[in-house]
Amino acid sequence: MSARWRELAHWLRHDRRAKWLGLLSSGVALAVLPFVLDASVGRTWVRVIDLALLYTMLALGLNIVVGFAGLLDLGYIAFYAVGAYTYALLASPHFGLHLPWWVLLPAGAVLAAFFGVVLGAPTLRLRGDYLAIVTLGFGEIIRIFLNNLNAPINITNGPQGVNLIDPIDIAGVSFGRTNSLLGISFPGTHLHYYLFLVLTVLVMFVCIRLEDSRLGRAWVAIREDEIAALAMGINTRNVKLLAFAMGATFGGVAGGLFSSLQGFVSPESFVVWESITVLCMVVLGGMGHVAGVVLGALTLATLPELLRHTAAPMQQQLFGKVILDPESLRMLLFGLALILVMLLRPAGLWPSPTRRRELTSAHAPGAV
Amino acid sequence: MDIFLQQILNGLVLGSVYALVALGYTMVYGILGLINFAHGEVVMVGALVSLSVVELLLGTNLGLPAPLLGVVALVVAIGVCMALGFSIERIAYRPLRRAPRLAPLITAIGVSILLQTLAMLIWGRRYHTVPALIPPTPHAVAGATITNVQILIIVVSALIMAGLMGLVHFTRLGRAMRATAENPVVAGLMGVNINRIISATFMIGSALAAVAGVLVSSNYGVAHYYMGFVLGLKAFTAAVLGGIGNLPGAMVGGLLLGLIESLGAGYIGDLTGGFLGSHYQDVFAFLVLIMVLVFRPTGLLGERLSERA
Repeated sequence: MSARWRELAHWLRHDRRAKWLGLLSSGVALAVLPFVLDASVGRTWVRVIDLALLYTMLALGLNIVVGFAGLLDLGYIAFYAVGAYTYALLASPHFGLHLPWWVLLPAGAVLAAFFGVVLGAPTLRLRGDYLAIVTLGFGEIIRIFLNNLNAPINITNGPQGVNLIDPIDIAGVSFGRTNSLLGISFPGTHLHYYLFLVLTVLVMFVCIRLEDSRLGRAWVAIREDEIAALAMGINTRNVKLLAFAMGATFGGVAGGLFSSLQGFVSPESFVVWESITVLCMVVLGGMGHVAGVVLGALTLATLPELLRHTAAPMQQQLFGKVILDPESLRMLLFGLALILVMLLRPAGLWPSPTRRRELTSAHAPGAV
Repeated sequence: MDIFLQQILNGLVLGSVYALVALGYTMVYGILGLINFAHGEVVMVGALVSLSVVELLLGTNLGLPAPLLGVVALVVAIGVCMALGFSIERIAYRPLRRAPRLAPLITAIGVSILLQTLAMLIWGRRYHTVPALIPPTPHAVAGATITNVQILIIVVSALIMAGLMGLVHFTRLGRAMRATAENPVVAGLMGVNINRIISATFMIGSALAAVAGVLVSSNYGVAHYYMGFVLGLKAFTAAVLGGIGNLPGAMVGGLLLGLIESLGAGYIGDLTGGFLGSHYQDVFAFLVLIMVLVFRPTGLLGERLSERA
């Protein structure tokens, strides 16, 4: 039995036709996924997957900063907010502007990158801990400004947020409503799913290519030993800034997409807790490992929904009442996960092979 | 002029609380070179524990005098926080002392979330009103007012800080702490039990945090599970402003930050022609942090250069 499995695994891994077959079948599976979910567990789950894909993009962006370059950014959600508000303000009745998405998504990305550089420039010379605190503060500050810039001149509409944001519209096909093609109807959530899927795969591709590029190696070198990296002729400041800006860029794009999906943004969506959630995804999945981070993001993004459907009824059955609401349970689990992963599996649940080697050799017996 | 003096007084009250919390950050940083992210949550736990003790004692109808009640609550809060500080170090930091720098930072965030969530489960999401054990009677000082609670805050903080300086400079434990901060390996060779000293540092810092929590919640009259986050952030800024790792620096930084904040919040409306209001108070601490990091990363009193990576 096991020999046969091994044979199959070997065939899948090494045969060219098998590779294509695998790729094709997973492609088909991903393509029909929204319809399957819609029919089996309801449309909300398609939405959950949409958001999970957005989180995946965010986590991959943060992974560049935290995983590759080893810089702890605790205010990452601020870049998401910048992207989301850029899109929301310039494509909604709030200012009466309705710029197209292909202007707004890049604009949000560029603005986010700009903020990344502005924030990174003064702090990147210093130790990583300072960066963590400064980014944490920055995340809060952005939220305070979004919350309060409604008076005396109403820019962000304050705590009420911005409403009626235009959905993405590609060649006349609006993602805000159901479109039909060849007799199949595609609701907006499904269309967003396909767009997000394509972009997520693109971001993954970029990340994987970056990892082995000159730049990616420079990031890893800085993460491991900054002084040695400097001695090897790496311009550490610029390279770190670039990591920061690139991470922010992905955050900005994801923010714009979020605006289009939700049709509504408010400062509530960009609290510190969100930054921590994205960090959890990166840490849990495996810092610096693209596949691990994707796994972490998808797991943690769908977890709250799973908890809502399982934890509450289970407690109801066991204790006769709900002791821990799913939201608190999620926070508890995240907190515990951060501690336990760092103590027990510092490279994450699915670490990259090199990173695992480094970490295990650093933890050789007798070292601690 | 009255407003100016009033803001100065408010700033001093706020600043002494920041200073107490900042001392906790700076002591841990001085010895371990690590930012104890969970420190703000310890302040929160101190405030909420003391609140519960006061409510419990008021409920029993023992008829204890108010000051005694306050002292009992403070002592319990200090005890709980010291135990908490000890366990945080033991569980989250000690196993990672030789790990890459990122690791203890991440566990610290985990601890922070965990404490916040547990506090939310125990005390709920609502804002708790702190019973005024000492009725705040205002005193007029040259046109401004200061309540006796605020005077108490300043006096208690000053006494505690003086006590801490005494402890660090004139006792055996203090000498061991300074030696460990200077060079842990050599201190260990000289017979200092490093692990004990680090535990003691965390416990002392947590005790200060408990006091700060009680003081700040009695000043504002409210306590809630989320209060530790922003307070912690500001106290850290205060520590950096004064020069992290430096005890007098933390005190100076705390007072200065309190003054900057209350003056800033008081005058920002006039300065910007009403465009920005006092709800931007929280922004000042952050701006100060950035400015210090750009222009004088060692802080006002710091001597040691902050090293790279």
